Amino acid sequence: MRSRPLISLGATLALLVAACGGGTSGTPAPSLPTSLGPGEGALTVLAWPGYAEDGSTDPAVDWITPFEQETGCQVTVQVFGTSDEAFTLFQTNPEQFDVISASGDASLRLVAGGFVQPINVDLVPSYKEIFDSLKDRDWNTVDGVHYGIPHGRGANQIMWRTDIVDPAPTSWQAMFDPNSPYAGKFSVYDAPIYIADAAVVLMKTRPDLGIKNPYALDETQFAAAVDLLKKQKPAVGEYWVDYTKQIDSFTNGNTVIGTTWQVIANVLQASGVPVETRKPEEGATGWSDTWMVNSKTKHLNCAYRFLNHITSAEVNIQIAEYFGEAPANRNSCALAQNPDHCAIFHAEEDDFWKDVWYWTTPTERCLDGRTDVKCKGFDEWVKAWTEIRSG
Amino acid sequence: MTARLVRIGLRLATAAILAFIYLPIGLIFVYAFNAGTTPSWPPVGFTLAWFGEALRNTGLQQAFATSVAAALLATAIALVLGTLAAIAVARYRFFGREAVSFVVIFPIALPGIVTGMALSTTFAQTGIPLGFFTIVVGHATFCIVLVYNNALARLRRTSRSLEEASADLGADSWTTFRRVTLPAMRSAILAGGLLAFALSFDEVIVTIFTAGGVKTLPIWIFQSFRLANQVPLVNVAGVVAILLSVLPVYLASRITADTGEITGARG
Amino acid sequence: MATTIARQIPPTVGRRLAAWLHRRPAVRAAGLLAGPVGWLVVVYVGSLLILFLNAFWSRDAFSGATIYEPTLRNFAELLDDPYPGITARTVLMAALVTVTCAALALPVAYYMARVASPRIRNALVVAVIVPLWASYLIKVYSWRLILAEQGILNWALAPLGLRGPGFGDVAVWLVFTYLWLPYMILPVYAGLSRIPDSLFEASADLGARPWMTIRRIVLPLAMPAIVAGSIFTFSLTLGDYIAPATVSTTIFIGNAIFSNFGAGNFPLAAALSLVPLVIVLLYLLVARRLGAFEAL
Repeated sequence: MRSRPLISLGATLALLVAACGGGTSGTPAPSLPTSLGPGEGALTVLAWPGYAEDGSTDPAVDWITPFEQETGCQVTVQVFGTSDEAFTLFQTNPEQFDVISASGDASLRLVAGGFVQPINVDLVPSYKEIFDSLKDRDWNTVDGVHYGIPHGRGANQIMWRTDIVDPAPTSWQAMFDPNSPYAGKFSVYDAPIYIADAAVVLMKTRPDLGIKNPYALDETQFAAAVDLLKKQKPAVGEYWVDYTKQIDSFTNGNTVIGTTWQVIANVLQASGVPVETRKPEEGATGWSDTWMVNSKTKHLNCAYRFLNHITSAEVNIQIAEYFGEAPANRNSCALAQNPDHCAIFHAEEDDFWKDVWYWTTPTERCLDGRTDVKCKGFDEWVKAWTEIRSG
Repeated sequence: MTARLVRIGLRLATAAILAFIYLPIGLIFVYAFNAGTTPSWPPVGFTLAWFGEALRNTGLQQAFATSVAAALLATAIALVLGTLAAIAVARYRFFGREAVSFVVIFPIALPGIVTGMALSTTFAQTGIPLGFFTIVVGHATFCIVLVYNNALARLRRTSRSLEEASADLGADSWTTFRRVTLPAMRSAILAGGLLAFALSFDEVIVTIFTAGGVKTLPIWIFQSFRLANQVPLVNVAGVVAILLSVLPVYLASRITADTGEITGARG
Repeated sequence: MATTIARQIPPTVGRRLAAWLHRRPAVRAAGLLAGPVGWLVVVYVGSLLILFLNAFWSRDAFSGATIYEPTLRNFAELLDDPYPGITARTVLMAALVTVTCAALALPVAYYMARVASPRIRNALVVAVIVPLWASYLIKVYSWRLILAEQGILNWALAPLGLRGPGFGDVAVWLVFTYLWLPYMILPVYAGLSRIPDSLFEASADLGARPWMTIRRIVLPLAMPAIVAGSIFTFSLTLGDYIAPATVSTTIFIGNAIFSNFGAGNFPLAAALSLVPLVIVLLYLLVARRLGAFEAL
């Protein structure tokens, strides 16, 4: 009895959806602003946890309140756990977030979808202080157009319990050996992009596959990486996204070796858990993040001021030290509380980053320039990851 | 003799199951007072520091206030809609009456992830920005059933003769509703409303999809797990929520027990 | 009293409307239903329809932009590995959790409804409800600490030379059972309270032993309530993705939906979410047959 009204309702909704849907893609980029007006009084920030601290996590850790006082822009912060989550939040709430800290595996998707706008870097004074090696890169600049200000970078490192794992691992293979004495206690990042970590291993162990870029995997290369991860699965003690998860599984002995971010190792060390980290000999995946501005923002002036504030030397180093990564601002190293911070994180050593593969969204068009084969696009990565995890 | 044994067996089983229910909750209390930042067992020492820190943590307090406000609004909507639907179904015969029960139950029977995704997709595609308003809409939708079920159960058990008498004495529909039907339903509606509030207050999954940037307490907790060093505060929030709930739950159970009703039947 | 006054004052517009309504029950019923059913149909059924429509779109693999050309590709993908296996595992887990919850709920509910004194009964009702107020997330997290390698369970079992189950499928089963148990206890308790005492007396008078009474009287009469409770235990398990991710390395259908949604593949996520939707729909139809809706 209610089927007929439902059908007509469905038809109406279909029209509605089709009508509304047209706007999401291919929004023409607004022209670049040439000067900044007064702030709009509010700003919503979508950031990795630890990037936009307003004192609510720890009253001593706060670089948002000074910004609010200085500019009158009241900041609301939301954090996310993976690039995919960030992209989804941005996509489903196209007008919600004014600025975003996007890793390379989100930034290009945001640009391609028309979600973020080009930036006039002349209006962001700190841009001049950014390391040249971070400027004009694939994930922040498209056809010479800048889409954001580099924030900082880091490597996904291997972490182990020094009191349990002996000898100390030097290679990622320690996490891919099902016969390892620590099998069952591996800690793995829970996102499709982790397939690239397996590809990094294969670059060393299977030169015959000819992998040049862990994000550009053709059929055979991809199958080999997925296979490696399926074999790893039974030995995985935990897949983590939340810091808390990895922290307490390293504390409680559920995992003893795994892929990590320095910020997590810092917390563990501070609470007396004996862990060490290292970039293994194969190199590593990593991130290079960019602050970007929503193409639909209503708070453009606040957004530009925020970009400048967050990448300025004083703030950039606070975040870098708090999060445990290399800052992007060249002048920030001198302001570090720990004078060795930039040395520890190799901020100024371009060599260190040569074998760090920053997160990038895999596309069917191979990112390593090959044109004779098709590479696996990100949807395939997601599906494969679901398959690996369900094994 | 066997009856005695059965009785003892039941008592033991109940005690064991209650222990099962309260073990993890006890642990929340333990860690809220644990001096260490990482949750190692056994706890390393006693401290009240986390409560002090919770008092200073504005993010936590705002989230708490948001949750209370959202739950109150969602409950208010659910109270009105659930009561109306229950009266219609209990007191009138109409085509599709069965279907009403079905539609009311559906939002709670469907997994939260489906509800959440459906709502967020719809909001996104109709241009409604996510935020406090959309949280309330989502919560109210699955809370209706709690009020509806409790009210309906009560109406089925209260005789219709009182309402008929009221009508015979010349009272119009509204007066009868206000003077007769509603008072008879009051405790049942209260019980339903309390459950609705509890459910809304603790809802995570639908909220994740509909919150936009707004933080309810569960969202704050969820995001705190993302951060380092926040877990003790999360435990404090849990302890406070439990303690605050005991009184209203107890009162509601007293009110409803007096009238032979139970607070329980969620749904 | 009120009515005499009402007779004395001249009828107002409102009263005339009320009188008019009084003669037209259908209009009254429609008026009562307009709000709730309108809300549920527009907000909820409408949303589900939009979700359903999304399952027919596809998306540009790179930009994530939706391509609005109807295709059945997403539905075909549901039949592809790994989804059938994930679905089967999820349904099995939901069934297992439901059976366990029912088995645990029956003795507690029976004790509350038929054995305990009113004071104890009240206390028990409160004791069962209060955990519902403890944050779901914190409870799940608490189980992590219990089941961890160096957690409280292994610590308590160590002197006996035993070990807990650790993280994994058993942990997921345990945590789900824990989380949804009150949702089973409460309706079963309500159902058992409604059984008239005379039935028990009659059963005893006729010489039935307790287990006979339980099998012939309690179980059949409690069945609708158990099915009512199972709607929660079953469907809450079916869609949950947080608990499995917290205490195991395997994934369930909720995780698959969430990861596709998270990766921005809404069309596939929408198609996947139809799986639990259809399962719950069938479950509800069966539950209604068994009289569960009256026992909710």
